[in-house]
Amino acid sequence: MGAIRIQLEDFDPGVEIAALTQGRTDVGAVASFVGIVRGDDALEAMTLEAYESFALREITAHVAEAKLRWPLLDVSVIHRAGRLTPGARIVFVGVASMHRGDSFRAAEFLMDYLKTRAPFWKLEEKSSGANWVEPRGTDDEAAQRWK
Amino acid sequence: MKLLYFAWVRQKIGRSEEDIPLPANISTVGALMDMLVKRGPEYAAAFNDVSRLRTAVNQIHGGFDATITDSDEIAFFPPVTGG
Repeated sequence: MGAIRIQLEDFDPGVEIAALTQGRTDVGAVASFVGIVRGDDALEAMTLEAYESFALREITAHVAEAKLRWPLLDVSVIHRAGRLTPGARIVFVGVASMHRGDSFRAAEFLMDYLKTRAPFWKLEEKSSGANWVEPRGTDDEAAQRWK
Repeated sequence: MKLLYFAWVRQKIGRSEEDIPLPANISTVGALMDMLVKRGPEYAAAFNDVSRLRTAVNQIHGGFDATITDSDEIAFFPPVTGG
């Protein structure tokens, strides 16, 4: 079974992918995405702040919308909060469907919406100090194409 | 009503949430912000640049013209940067 979770602890992508197909034989494709803290630009750590109840609601609504747009069999979205260091996993999106096209597209749709709608904020720590990450126009453009 | 602040809005105001009664003459998020700015410089600092500010009423994204009541949960935050 898929899950929607916000958590401080790490997740195991293999376990999450396996959960999407466990006990069923109708799945023909699972597409997954894992977002990772990139350690460029002298980044020391990144703290993710969440408006947790709203984020769960927003993710649940977009998973429901994805299921209306594509014939999906199951979906998982896991987003971490708290202080993460370079190399750490931040987010997992997994989509199970009969055919690969639907799961690829739905995974991208969900990530684009997470970036632009889900209430999370990133505080970057560098040796020069801490700064809140500004939104990127390219993320808005990516989300616009699903309108 | 319950007010929630996140990210640099939380840092500037100096708290993550507070409960305050909604004055009878205030019915929109924008009017609430005007009232808060009069309460102290920390609100003025947080609400200084509304182009960088987003709000939600009862966990629904909305504008500064959104209507509010005393039982609402109203959140103020910067543009989101998750994923």
